[in-house]
Amino acid sequence: MNSVLKCLAAILLAATTLPAQAAIRVLATTPEWAELTRDLGGDKVDVYAATSAFQDVHRVDAKPSLVSRARNADLVVAAGAELEIGWLPILLRESGNARIQPGNPGYFEADANLRLLEVPASVDRSMGDVHPLGNPHAHLDPHNVAIVAAALTTRLSTIDAGNAAYYQGRGSDFQSRWQAAIARWEQQAAPLKGVPVVVIHRDQVYLCRWLGLREVAAIEPKPGVPPSSTYLAELVTKLTAAPPRMILRNAYNDSKAADWLAERIHAPVVMLPYSVGGTPAAHDLFTLFDDTVARLMGAAK
Amino acid sequence: MIRYKAIGAYRLLALSLLALAVTPARASELSELRAELDAVKSNYQTQLSALEARVAQLEVQLAAASSAAASAAPGAPAEVPAPLAPMAPSPPSGGGGQNAFNPAVSVILGGRYAQLSGDPADYHIAGFMPAGDEVGPGPRGFTLGESELTLAANVDPYFFANLTTAITGDNSISVEEAYVKTIALPSGLSLKAGRFFSGLGYVNEIHSHAWDFVDQPLVYQAMFGGQLAQDGAQLKWVAPTDLFVELGAETGNGEQFPRTRLQGNGLNGGALLAHVGNDIGDSTSWRAGVSWLSARAEDRSFSDVTAGGDAIADAFTGDSRTWVVDGILKWSPHGNATVHSLKLQAEYLQRSEDGQLAATINQLTLAAPYRSRQSGWYLQGVYQFLPRWRVGARYDALDSGTPQIGLVDSGLLPASSFPTLAPASPSRVSLMFDWNPSEFTRLRAQYAWDDARLDNRDRQLLLQYLYSIGAHGAHKF
Repeated sequence: MNSVLKCLAAILLAATTLPAQAAIRVLATTPEWAELTRDLGGDKVDVYAATSAFQDVHRVDAKPSLVSRARNADLVVAAGAELEIGWLPILLRESGNARIQPGNPGYFEADANLRLLEVPASVDRSMGDVHPLGNPHAHLDPHNVAIVAAALTTRLSTIDAGNAAYYQGRGSDFQSRWQAAIARWEQQAAPLKGVPVVVIHRDQVYLCRWLGLREVAAIEPKPGVPPSSTYLAELVTKLTAAPPRMILRNAYNDSKAADWLAERIHAPVVMLPYSVGGTPAAHDLFTLFDDTVARLMGAAK
Repeated sequence: MIRYKAIGAYRLLALSLLALAVTPARASELSELRAELDAVKSNYQTQLSALEARVAQLEVQLAAASSAAASAAPGAPAEVPAPLAPMAPSPPSGGGGQNAFNPAVSVILGGRYAQLSGDPADYHIAGFMPAGDEVGPGPRGFTLGESELTLAANVDPYFFANLTTAITGDNSISVEEAYVKTIALPSGLSLKAGRFFSGLGYVNEIHSHAWDFVDQPLVYQAMFGGQLAQDGAQLKWVAPTDLFVELGAETGNGEQFPRTRLQGNGLNGGALLAHVGNDIGDSTSWRAGVSWLSARAEDRSFSDVTAGGDAIADAFTGDSRTWVVDGILKWSPHGNATVHSLKLQAEYLQRSEDGQLAATINQLTLAAPYRSRQSGWYLQGVYQFLPRWRVGARYDALDSGTPQIGLVDSGLLPASSFPTLAPASPSRVSLMFDWNPSEFTRLRAQYAWDDARLDNRDRQLLLQYLYSIGAHGAHKF
């Protein structure tokens, strides 16, 4: 009897005291920002990634499992710049969670801290699914990751002020490791400067720009618009005359179009992880870039 | 485990009690000071690291720019991008002014061509009381469909507002949804008020442009005249669990079939909703639910023609209760629906009505008890077999049951006076094929064998276009 009471008391106490000590619950929309949050937050955060590297983040459903994660989140880490416009607004609205509404500390957009590329001067859907705020796939330039990391460290310290020093410590540790890694990658990838490549979607713009790869064509004629056979035929003619060194494809892209083109213009297809988990080797942010650079270098030889 | 927790909890309790009892003021002051100091420290540290990052970036860009300039041989095309300006948060777009606060505007344009073997004017669902004008395949030939105009925005930090109007081809405007919804209530609660599609079932809440077939399942047409809207309020609660659990309650004025607006000041009945959902692996997700609608109907009238050719006006007064069981399952490889995806969806609805049925024939009104139990279900699947192409199939079945009509059972009127209520089990088979050249365009062909009338199979060919302009839509699961 006594032990039953004790148990009950313990459970009650645990239930009431746990929330104060529990880790910050984070819902990250993409695997790269989920990984960054894990790296910066250590054991003070409990991160759930809404998508994997095999998903096109622009085309995701507002699944029930994500509504419940949004309901319980203390912080939403999104890419922003309208990348998640087809589903994140629904999650936020359906969650019944005031903490994570835009404008509150519990809502963080990575791209809001960055200067985005390809901000269109005018917006018209005849140009495809353009993003008025610029190209949102900004994480493939590691310098952007550094900036987001700094902003995210501040945000974690705001939300969980009690552990601010912890986040600051991890933040500066991450920055120093990251800057060293950038220097290493840039040194390794130096021969890639000026190498002509073909991409699928305009989601490798930041990578190409960082490494100085020259993007000569995109398999999607316009963002989000699949290629027609006429367009592909034109592409073959154009690229046969001036062949690229490689065709870049992300883990989540369908391989068909890239393989089809590769066969005709005799250029190798390089599958890149795009995000954490896209290849077995890319299991965190550092190995994401390790593997990306290694794969590019392998194909450029 | 529990014992360990208990000791920890006791210790915690003791500590907090001690802290509270002994030095409340000093302890809190001290921790406040410490927190402030930490905040100041962290602020500087962060700003410092942000600045470091920016400097590093600028250095890289400078290096890239100079190396690019050096490597740009004369005559070579200037493909190297210009260096970026110093990193700064991008300025908000749309220059401000009055327009900056415009709500998100989106417009759906729809239209269709129908080739029907049966005359749409005499369309009815056998065995079921008529549920309104929106039942059936609509007119023959080319028809301008509903043009849907939606305006939506956050009102303030507390509310989100949405207005969806449907402008129909016959030049009328109807308000499909006009609601405000809270976004700042605590504990997973949200309250919606105004006119909104009821959250019961699955397909009821989905706007027509997002349906997977041109028309609604037969059972929704028979039970709600298409889609059940509430002029009222809805309270929803999402449970704090990883498993999605959502409970809701609704009430409204009961404007729409199978309810009627009541005489008094009160509301007319309400609905209770429960939904659960989750993922199975990384490729499949599902949601299932049970809903219950209870309301009253007063003088819910319809006209009929007896077997003898006399006009008869019928009116039902009583309680109407509907159960809805719904389930949806979506699959795509690794959750990536770009190339292949599958959507399976089924709902079962059952309605019991209990009250009085009055019949007016030759200016004579008779009334007697009436009781019915009617049900129906559908099962549909939609498969995306190529990036822009989808096919789908749907089977609809209804069972009107055999109503207990007091006027007939007591011998006052013959059963042939109520041809609409004669027992029937209508059904329909539909096949769908659509092509989506972009996210914003859908062109669809649908063919259906519709046995709603029982005696006269309607073969329906429907061609439909849907175009979406304006703000990028976001759709519910």
